[in-house]
Amino acid sequence: MRTPYIALLATATLALTAGAGRVAPSAGGTISGKVTYTGTPPKMKPIDMAKEPFCARLHAAAPVLTENVATGPGNALRWVLVYVSAGEQGAASTTETVRLDQKGCQYIPHVLVLQPNQPLDIYNDDSTSHNIHPLAKVNPEWNKSQPIGAPPIHAKWEKPEFIPVKCNVHPWMHGWHLVLATPHYAVSGEDGAFSLQGLPPGKYTVTAWQEQFGTQTQDVTISGNETKTITFVFKATPY
Amino acid sequence: MSQPTTVAAAHHHAPPQGFLRKHVFSLDHKVIGKQYLDLALVAVCTGMVLSWLMRFHLAWPETPIPGLGKLSPTGAAGGVITPEYYLALMTMHGTIMVFFVLTTAPFAGFGNYFLPIQVGAEDMAFPRINMTSFWVTLVAFLVLISAFVVGDGPPLSGWTAYAPLSAVGKDAGPGQGVGQTLWAVSITLFCVAQLLGALNFITTTLDLRTKGMSLARMPYSTWAWFITSVIGLIAFAVLMPACILLILDRVAGTSFFIPAGLVISDRLQPHAGGSPLLWQHLFWFFGHPEVYIAILPGFGIISHILPVFARKPLLGPRVLIACLVSIAFLSYTVWGHHMFLSGMNPFSATLFSVPTLIITIPATIVTLLWIGTIYGAKLRFTTPALFCLGFVSVFVSGGISGFFLAQPSIDTYLHGTYFVVGHFHFVMGVAAMFGIFAATYFWAPKMFGRMMSETLGKWHFWLTFIGVYCVFMPMHYLGLAGNVRRYSAFTDDYLKPLIPLHRFITVAALFTGAAQLIFLFNLIRSRLRGPKAPDNPWEATSLEWSTTSPPPFDNFGGRPPVVQHGPNEYGTKGAAGDYVMQASPQAAGRA
Amino acid sequence: MGKLFALVLAIITVISTAFFVTHTWWLPVDISAHGHAIDHQLSETMLSSGVLFVLSQLALAAFVWRFGDRRDGRAVTTFPGGVTPMVVFAVVLVGAEVLALTFVGSKVWAGIYQTPPDPNSLQIDVQSEQFAFYFRYPGPDGKFGATHPDLINEASENYFGLDPKNDVSARDDIVVPTLTIPVNRPVALTLRAKDVGHAFYVPELRIQQDFVPGLSIPLHFTATQTGKYEIVCTQLCGLGHYNMRAYIEVLPAAQFEQWLKDKAAQQ
Repeated sequence: MRTPYIALLATATLALTAGAGRVAPSAGGTISGKVTYTGTPPKMKPIDMAKEPFCARLHAAAPVLTENVATGPGNALRWVLVYVSAGEQGAASTTETVRLDQKGCQYIPHVLVLQPNQPLDIYNDDSTSHNIHPLAKVNPEWNKSQPIGAPPIHAKWEKPEFIPVKCNVHPWMHGWHLVLATPHYAVSGEDGAFSLQGLPPGKYTVTAWQEQFGTQTQDVTISGNETKTITFVFKATPY
Repeated sequence: MSQPTTVAAAHHHAPPQGFLRKHVFSLDHKVIGKQYLDLALVAVCTGMVLSWLMRFHLAWPETPIPGLGKLSPTGAAGGVITPEYYLALMTMHGTIMVFFVLTTAPFAGFGNYFLPIQVGAEDMAFPRINMTSFWVTLVAFLVLISAFVVGDGPPLSGWTAYAPLSAVGKDAGPGQGVGQTLWAVSITLFCVAQLLGALNFITTTLDLRTKGMSLARMPYSTWAWFITSVIGLIAFAVLMPACILLILDRVAGTSFFIPAGLVISDRLQPHAGGSPLLWQHLFWFFGHPEVYIAILPGFGIISHILPVFARKPLLGPRVLIACLVSIAFLSYTVWGHHMFLSGMNPFSATLFSVPTLIITIPATIVTLLWIGTIYGAKLRFTTPALFCLGFVSVFVSGGISGFFLAQPSIDTYLHGTYFVVGHFHFVMGVAAMFGIFAATYFWAPKMFGRMMSETLGKWHFWLTFIGVYCVFMPMHYLGLAGNVRRYSAFTDDYLKPLIPLHRFITVAALFTGAAQLIFLFNLIRSRLRGPKAPDNPWEATSLEWSTTSPPPFDNFGGRPPVVQHGPNEYGTKGAAGDYVMQASPQAAGRA
Repeated sequence: MGKLFALVLAIITVISTAFFVTHTWWLPVDISAHGHAIDHQLSETMLSSGVLFVLSQLALAAFVWRFGDRRDGRAVTTFPGGVTPMVVFAVVLVGAEVLALTFVGSKVWAGIYQTPPDPNSLQIDVQSEQFAFYFRYPGPDGKFGATHPDLINEASENYFGLDPKNDVSARDDIVVPTLTIPVNRPVALTLRAKDVGHAFYVPELRIQQDFVPGLSIPLHFTATQTGKYEIVCTQLCGLGHYNMRAYIEVLPAAQFEQWLKDKAAQQ
């Protein structure tokens, strides 16, 4: 009788941690849900990396698709940042290093979330030079190449900001560094699901941000260790 | 202008007192000349080291260079040069070499030292302006070098700094922020210094020649410096405003060179109405005469030195002068040959190619004059002589590749390839350098009062002569194969098979570079401890050899020479041997 | 020392010339309709300048060998005829060669850059940017959509800044990173730059042209052989200049038509 119980627990944990944020599931309330769209989104187009044969070969069997509007089954939207934008109690701090990979001429992950001053290590896993150009406006902007054989780049962002990142050498390579003051955030997975955990009781404003469609907000009040479910629905247009 | 005037009291200045006045803030053209030469020496060492780093990276792009990571943590993290750092090294290499070596040493350096002496004057016409020129040049150099340590590093747009890459600011890439502005400021200052210098050279040549020194009797090096300063006056007068306009586009929001609608680093640039081609026209209107500024003093120096070691007169001196003047004139009509494919009206390409090809005629004549001088000579193979002979060879090699590039139809294929790199390095990086080497070995005894070692000099010559052919001749083969220039790495399919040839060039370049240490050692040791030099160790005729080594403060010890002869009296019976000095009182006669 | 100089120079001359003459490193195969004229011009120039190169270097070597000072008291002698043969040689022989090359060469040049393209050319819009080339075909409607720099969005691969929402002719435009063309059919490119100066160079096509921001520059050619070749940038454009390359695929006519159909279906 124990085995299915453990399996259920495991599945529940997995479901809860899919698209999980930084705060470990412990005491506190949870805001979870899904991000979806209505209407017709733009097509996710295959990226032709012909100019960089090394990367083109890596994706020969399954081309990479554009990620600016990444959809999943059930009208789900992937790569949407959901976070507490108001009502946060206490400051965020973590010294755990976050890793960004340039692999197959893509930024992995496409959307990377960090806290202010959190150490960031950037790796070039490809047999080609990459160039990381975070187009920061509030933080200092920088632009560095990482040739084959170069060591990882160590960086950190001091102030909260949503920073678009591009590779100058490969025009299709785009990503985001999202610097958040709050530790309560999640990035939606392919199923569009998110979960913000460990929230003390209080009134919160939760914001969902999608790089093309902008932001949406909802107010949620947490009392005790309850789980509140909300959904964000973005209006999608083909162009 | 044909009647030489006596030395005017107005520019006469008293002997300097104190260390600073004697050696630092000196009005003496000889000290200023040596200061320019020392600056050029520092510049050429810097430029050469940059080229070693570039060549090493091209041959072995993923191999870390020991120590470089510490020196430049952003440009070469872990010792591996990034693409932008390669281009920054390349930009600084070109800028330093063209301006602070090739325009400074043969013209400002040797010209300042020897032009007044060769015309029999006490000093340049405007000693204070002369001193100012040097210090402005030094400040320009320091401003340029500072780009290595400020902001995002040095610019990456090449010494040609094409707009809009150079004009839009840091969106265009690392180094395009403060670094590019410092570059433009440095060049502006350099132009100011050169304009002042040109005024001095021209006035001194026209007004301060000693009694008997008609224009026809001037040494050919003096003629070359004089013609070069006229070219410089017009050329630098165009580059300076061009750089100022570039600075305005970068810091004052103007749009001289930037059209509307540019999106760089995802940002729409706030400019409209400018023309990138305008920068190219302004730059090359300066840029082409500039390369003649770099080589013409070399022509003069070779024409001056060759007869000394051939022990016979230069063949056709009046034809030589006529050719130098026509080259100078034509140099203003050809600038569009750098722009055949630039997007300007294609008909202009044909127009520009005509004078470009016509310039081959006076260039061929002067080369034949040198070869004709060697015919029937009694050659003394000293180090300066060897560098003169080497100059003729490498100038032929460099000039001939120009023949290809001058034709637009062929330039369609060869533009932007290593063929061009081979061409301009042969004429500028090798021929002009050989002129500087010849001048140094020839005039070191006069400037320092000490002889340089002939043994070390000959080793330097042989290793360099063979080395430069190994480095630069293969670049023509690379160009014929379509190898594009200014690439920091060769990752294209058709370029990969050419990498072994690049490795050969790199090894040759590193060896040839190392050989220059022989020259450096020889120069420094001789300057400090070489054997004392007599007044006229080479048995030469021009006025610098009729005074002491080194000359006294006012060049001729208060007794300005009276000139009876031209500089070409070699192979003729004279009081001291087979030559007659310019200031010799005896009548000239053929042996 | 003089004899050593002459010997070394002679060896250098022979070795350098040998590599040119034996085509050890040489131009790739010519796949263009106009290329043979350029190759011919190049060979002519190579021949005449090669002769000049060898003659002058060997003359220098020979004279240096012969005319060292052997301390035998002989007098120096002037070149026979003095300066006149030099001037005559340069003006007449070099001048004549120069004129001939200019005359012929200007026709070759005009044939490529000063003649209008064939009216039936395949029209392709080319945009260069830091650090890639993108090629745009008008699609089945035969019309290019208008471009808007403020709408450029690389993350969604809208490199040209098209406005398909409001501009119907933009909806079927085909944008690809590889220039795909049919063999033996005139192609007319329009070259535009998004950010800074770039250039279009295909060694096998014997064609090269700078892109100038603010200008739309026409370039036309006909490819005469199928295959896959490289387009490389030859105008310094920033840190990725060395990596700025696109492939050009020359296909048989039928295969090209199929490719165009397939691409149109994907828009």
